[in-house]
Amino acid sequence: MSQIVDETADRPAGEQARASWRFLKGHLREYGILFALIAIMAFFQVATGGILLKPVNLTNLVLQNSYIVIMAVGMLLVIVAGHIDLSVGSVLGFIGALAAVMIVNWDVPYPVAAVVCLAAGAVIGMAQGFWIAYFRIPSFIVTLAGMLVFKGLTLWLLAGQSVGPFPPQFQLISSGFLPDLFAMEGFNLMSFLIGLAVAVGLTLLALRNRAAQAKTGAPEEPFAFFAAKTAIVFIGITWMSWLMADFRGLPNVFIVMALLIAIYSFVTSRTTTGRRIYAIGGNEKAAMLSGINAKRLTFLTFANMGMLAALAGLVFAARLNTATPKAGATFELDVIAAVFIGGASMAGGVGTVVGAVIGAFIMGVMNNGMSILGIGIDYQQVIKGLVLLAAVIFDVMNKKKG
Amino acid sequence: MATLLEMRDITKEFPGVKALDRVNLKVEEGEIHALVGENGAGKSTLMKVLSGVYPHGSYSGDILYDGEVQSFRGIRDSESRGIIIIHQELALIPLLSVAENIFMGNERAKRGIIDWRRTEMRAADLLARVGLKESPKATVADLGLGKQQLVEIAKALSKDVRLLILDEPTSSLNEQDSDKLLALLAELRKQGVTSILISHKLNEIRQVADTITVLRDGGAVARLDCKDGISEDDIIRDMVGRSLNDRYPERDPQIRDEVAMEVTGWTVHHPVQTDRVVVRDVSFHVRHGEVVGIAGLMGAGRTELAMSLFGRSYGRDISGTAKINGHVADLSTVRSAINAGLAYATEDRKTYGLVLDETIRRNVPLAKLDAVADGVVVNGAREAEVAERYRGRLNIKSSSIEQETVNLSGGNQQKVVLSKWLFADPDVLILDEPTRGIDVGAKFEIYTVIRDLAASGKAIIVISSEMPELLGITDRLYVMNEGRFVGEMPTAEASQEKIMARIIKSGDRVQ
Repeated sequence: MSQIVDETADRPAGEQARASWRFLKGHLREYGILFALIAIMAFFQVATGGILLKPVNLTNLVLQNSYIVIMAVGMLLVIVAGHIDLSVGSVLGFIGALAAVMIVNWDVPYPVAAVVCLAAGAVIGMAQGFWIAYFRIPSFIVTLAGMLVFKGLTLWLLAGQSVGPFPPQFQLISSGFLPDLFAMEGFNLMSFLIGLAVAVGLTLLALRNRAAQAKTGAPEEPFAFFAAKTAIVFIGITWMSWLMADFRGLPNVFIVMALLIAIYSFVTSRTTTGRRIYAIGGNEKAAMLSGINAKRLTFLTFANMGMLAALAGLVFAARLNTATPKAGATFELDVIAAVFIGGASMAGGVGTVVGAVIGAFIMGVMNNGMSILGIGIDYQQVIKGLVLLAAVIFDVMNKKKG
Repeated sequence: MATLLEMRDITKEFPGVKALDRVNLKVEEGEIHALVGENGAGKSTLMKVLSGVYPHGSYSGDILYDGEVQSFRGIRDSESRGIIIIHQELALIPLLSVAENIFMGNERAKRGIIDWRRTEMRAADLLARVGLKESPKATVADLGLGKQQLVEIAKALSKDVRLLILDEPTSSLNEQDSDKLLALLAELRKQGVTSILISHKLNEIRQVADTITVLRDGGAVARLDCKDGISEDDIIRDMVGRSLNDRYPERDPQIRDEVAMEVTGWTVHHPVQTDRVVVRDVSFHVRHGEVVGIAGLMGAGRTELAMSLFGRSYGRDISGTAKINGHVADLSTVRSAINAGLAYATEDRKTYGLVLDETIRRNVPLAKLDAVADGVVVNGAREAEVAERYRGRLNIKSSSIEQETVNLSGGNQQKVVLSKWLFADPDVLILDEPTRGIDVGAKFEIYTVIRDLAASGKAIIVISSEMPELLGITDRLYVMNEGRFVGEMPTAEASQEKIMARIIKSGDRVQ
């Protein structure tokens, strides 16, 4: 790790900068979204007079968007596979209602209820995936039906009432923070150290990948670009964890989210299963004739989506501390928008987990920032709509040019 | 004869590439002018310049049409002057009627209200003119490709075409339909319609063309007059810039005794019309080291046979047995067929062969992804190594293994498909139209790969509609017609006439 053979590192600075710029222009599609998030955060940080990145607000931001991020990860797989899932908002609401009825009305112990809810989500996903994968019913229609069905079942289950509150332990899912073993006053050292460890880990991973690239051939990214990118990620994560540690530390949900992002990033980019999902989204017929079991993978993709929607449902219910018949309405649109802002293609076969997560945070930061600024919900909707359109236009134009 | 079209010193550049370099093309009124060249030679680009797809100003040089310099800004401009292109991928809307398609965008209407009677009458006239005996009300999807091609020509005629450009019109037609189409071109020539014919099929060009312009690497390298009696070899020499003494590599077949695959009594029903038998009681075998061809006309059931064998990818109610290396093989899914040692490289590489938006590196290992993975984790270095190895071995012309396959030429795409199946390492490899739509140079390379595979002991089955190709590269031939095998002969004793005779005789027997 210490010795990295890197020819491009020896070039003079001016040339480095030019090469980096050229590279950035060539890969605007991949990095544009990250820069957009940074720019939007910078804008609101200034516009809100520094409120956006206050530790308490940052923590709130993460909590507010956690369920969207969790579902965006699953939706990314669905969209990459060439499908769509419109039912996730209703499923989220339904699972929240199921949890409330089990825990509050029937006194089921909350760990049991949580497991049952996750399983129920997976079964819902399977039920929809079954028709989509094995009977080739368009996913738009199956999940549109699912959206209506589960909206109705939520109402039925709750008998039109809100059900709550949940026991305090259950609420910890979304209101709890990582305990601090060091027990420092006013600063969660444990959380900061975890954040720092993740930042160091990611940097080492990046260095290792680059070393591997250098071994098999010249690395694609100019050194200056690589260095800048790695530094931004390192500083960003360290800084964010410092900020959150300064409030109450890393929220439990944040840990869950980070794990999901890490696992699904790995699955999509490095495993055979992930590779095959991209292949069926890119060209299902060719994938099937290459021996890929497209039906089963599509089925599993929806099962996974259902399970993640259930997880999001638990998180959301715990956050509101009650299950309401309206919970989850139009969430599917936010989730789908996040995935498309993150660079996924409607046609399937294209998109990344990290892109979808960044897309979700772009939406989240804008919601949060505009609310702080006191911009009315009317304008907020308009602006969010236009941002979605702009992101996709940018993506399409960029693809044409390249 | 007057000159209808003259393109002078046309130069068209794309970032980093000069696609056309001072090309001159002169087409006389009332002739059939053939435009030939390897893929990537610039034929399509030149025609896009002519039709205004690349508007005036995006290229340099002049287009003289009808004695005037033209500055077309789009297809509409060129169409209004009677220049009409028919692309290889037909631009018909399958679920609309023939008449609706003919007058698409050019409707017979009064104040926006379509006059159906006039539409259908005019359509019927045009259909008669192209010799298509179908009702104007017929749905395009119900017509065969050959007839669809005629509908396209009728559509061109409805626009008062003067210069008709056909891009590979016969590439997916069988011999009869091709002949019909060529005869129609000759007939239109008599009526004063000038045509530019882009084609890889040199025998057809020799059949109808008056003049040939050969493009190579973005330049016009030769203009041949067919009255001078030119041979296919002359044209090929100009196309590739070298003489191909033999269009097929020398072979020294080493056929082993062991039968690699043996199929008995294979019968397949149509997936939708289940009472229709698409493949009927077919039996064949292929030995290790042998190249076996399946000849037949388009629609004979060859692709259906291959796909039904390969993981039941086609048809239903499939019966019969298939043995690989002496054991009954489980061919129930594509995965199990691959595991049993069978591979099938499709005739339609864009639809069934490649994930076009993905790179060479990701396409090559797709059929055997587990071999480049540790458990479920793909090993990037090993994957790159595999892709690099096949890129070298099959001479895939590309900037690197990271190039997306959508940007490769047809021949190189086909090589990626072949790489995928070579990496899967089957015992029996079925190649369906392995050289369709690819240029002479790449064809030779693919023939060489086929030869080398057979030499290494693989059993190869080649399905092809080009009989010279089958005669040139196989050891033994089966003839298929209307779902049945109607003949078998060693290639050494075969000829195009013999194959056609088998097909025609078998047709008689059915009737």
